[in-house]
Amino acid sequence: MTTAESKLTRWGVVIFPGSNCDKDALDAVGRILDQDVRAIWHRDEHLDDLEVVILPGGFSYGDYLRAGAIARFAPVLERVIDFAERGGLVIGICNGFQVLTETGLLPGALMRNEGLRFICREVTLRTEKTDTPFTCRLMDGQVINLPIAHNEGNFYLPPDQLEELEANGQVVFRYCDANGGISAEANPNGSLNNIAGITNRNGNVLGMMPHPERRTDPILGNPDGANIFRSVIDYIRRK
Amino acid sequence: MKARVSVRLKPAILDPQGKTVLRSLQQLGFNEVSSVRIGKLIELEIDSSDSEEVKTRLEEFSRKLLANPLMETFDIELFDDNSRE
Repeated sequence: MTTAESKLTRWGVVIFPGSNCDKDALDAVGRILDQDVRAIWHRDEHLDDLEVVILPGGFSYGDYLRAGAIARFAPVLERVIDFAERGGLVIGICNGFQVLTETGLLPGALMRNEGLRFICREVTLRTEKTDTPFTCRLMDGQVINLPIAHNEGNFYLPPDQLEELEANGQVVFRYCDANGGISAEANPNGSLNNIAGITNRNGNVLGMMPHPERRTDPILGNPDGANIFRSVIDYIRRK
Repeated sequence: MKARVSVRLKPAILDPQGKTVLRSLQQLGFNEVSSVRIGKLIELEIDSSDSEEVKTRLEEFSRKLLANPLMETFDIELFDDNSRE
């Protein structure tokens, strides 16, 4: 192995009061993918040593007021915003996606699911974009399986901004049927255009409702989630 | 001084919660109800008697935290401490 291939990538997982997928994310990146990963407490001020920051799923600050609304003003978020603005890679999963929209790092908002139910099940997703640090190991149009577990995953953007998001190619994953077809039946929560995951304009910040960290350990079934984290590792090593 | 901030979903935003409550009301026989929209009511006590300043500050933090301007609007009402509101 050359040095570049064996270099450990440096990850951090932010823990807010109420996060509950932080351990899964630490385990996926640290134990399964064998990378250098540490927890970042919500009051921490220091993350300049990192290459990737994960905002995990859960119910930060009890989801009071709106999902992600209070976490947005946690001290660590200012650092995460700086980090993202300097080009650092940021992945917001589920509640982490909600926090990223509240900060404005990602456009849109995640509203109550259309059916008003908390949904916890496996979904199929169509990969819409592979030229991102998060999906470079996937193929265009590839259908992957990941679980969702949320009450507020209904992606919303006003029509003009939605058009802009689509025109910029910022949509990374859409809810689809088993064959990759996009339909209302394949949409679990009412998200506009079946959107399940997006990046920012620069492509270094990803937000997604499905949980890749829950499909990283091969013992849990298909390792489709691992491909997302492995994409990031490849991307950093190639840089 | 007391304040009341009402946060509402913008008219263009679908309100599944309101729709569900509407359906329940109609099932109960209240067929005259044709629409239900559900919002939030936030009551605050504020250590200031300068209502102009309070209003400016309230607007600032309502935009910043209490409401998400992308999908919600808000109204502010102010009351004297002695008012029965």
